[in-house]
Amino acid sequence: MNTQLRLTLASVAGVALFALLTLAIWYHPTSTVDLPQLVANSLAETGTEHPITAVLLNFRSYDTLLEVAVLLVAVVITLALAQQDSNEALSSLEQPARDSLVIALTRRLVPLVVLVGVYVLWAGSYQPGGAFQAGALIAAAGVLLRLAGWPIHQRANLLLRVGLTLGLVVFIMIASIALVSGQPFLTYPERWAGELIFAIETVLTLSIALTLLSLFLFSPEALSSQSRKPSKEKAQ
Amino acid sequence: MTTELFTTELFATELFTTELWFALIGALIIGISTIGFFGATHILKRIMAFNLMGSGVFLIMVGLAQHDRGVDPVPQALVLTGIVVAVSATALALIIFRRYIASGGQSKLPEHRS
Amino acid sequence: MTFIDLLIGVGLVFIVVAILVSQDLFRAVVLFVTFGVLLTLAWVRLQAPDLALAEAAIGAGLTGVLLLDAIGFLRKRKAARKDRDNKAIRAKPEQGAANE
Repeated sequence: MNTQLRLTLASVAGVALFALLTLAIWYHPTSTVDLPQLVANSLAETGTEHPITAVLLNFRSYDTLLEVAVLLVAVVITLALAQQDSNEALSSLEQPARDSLVIALTRRLVPLVVLVGVYVLWAGSYQPGGAFQAGALIAAAGVLLRLAGWPIHQRANLLLRVGLTLGLVVFIMIASIALVSGQPFLTYPERWAGELIFAIETVLTLSIALTLLSLFLFSPEALSSQSRKPSKEKAQ
Repeated sequence: MTTELFTTELFATELFTTELWFALIGALIIGISTIGFFGATHILKRIMAFNLMGSGVFLIMVGLAQHDRGVDPVPQALVLTGIVVAVSATALALIIFRRYIASGGQSKLPEHRS
Repeated sequence: MTFIDLLIGVGLVFIVVAILVSQDLFRAVVLFVTFGVLLTLAWVRLQAPDLALAEAAIGAGLTGVLLLDAIGFLRKRKAARKDRDNKAIRAKPEQGAANE
């Protein structure tokens, strides 16, 4: 297909999509269910005070469970596609980034970011915050460490794999507790709901942070051991 | 003076709310990035356009739901999981792209190379 | 709808157009990060602080890093390929001379 025809078709599709969406938004039907009111009414039974955390881990916890499974699948594919010699190839990049100023900066900055992440996780039970935001923050701290030249990718061992799967495993275990006492999947025992949700959130934070970090750390490198040699000679 | 930016309504009617405005912006973003998605030939550009489309969908979801009822935690929670899934899907797409390049592929699809 | 909403909305659309028409990939990624920051403001205006928090960390931070890393990968790859071609030409002087 030539470029002109493709661009024309793309423009027609884009404009038609925009027109349809605008019409749909303008003439949307008003829903008969008042969801915010429903959430507010049963917030007291959920064991958490923040409505979004309640929706994520109590009302719609099935969605969250499957989402964690999706993240795990993504990271499994990443680890499978990672080159065997990627660690070796990466080590050639260590030297230029190890600036003493950068080392000092990351030494002070990263613990602070992790601390903020833990606070955001804790705050999630009564105000904006929660597992996903905290996980993203801690992953960002890890990315910062890696960019500053710390060889954290070399710690990719059994412990990392345990951390990646821990969130999903603990979530499924807690979800299955209800099955033993004859209740449906994913119902929390009433007295312990708040504590269980916080426990799930804590392991989810760990798993999400490790997942997002692994997606960055284990991407294929440009210079595998065969093609790296010529460029190294050039540098000398 | 500065608070006027946040409080003064541009339109007299109450029908055209902030939420509706952002939903319409979301629709516009989806439309433009559809053109960009099919128009671009570089794979990275296509991945970016797809991401922008996703952001448009999120804007419509939250904006439209909050237009009638006010702040609604349900779509907000769904979009929150959506953002995390979107970034992991993007990362996966980039990793597959890099693997494709590393094994001898080019950054444009075969049918777009002239 | 207030004036600040108008600014954020028009800015979002403008940046999307700029990303899609830009020929330079690096420029497109920088604009993509800017889009994430503006979208964070949009979530604040939609009274969704959780989304703003996630968008600031993920949309503006992590996605930008991933895309920049991919561009770095492409550049390194290109340099390595050029290097290899040069070496191949030097290894066979008679062919290299014929090319010149």
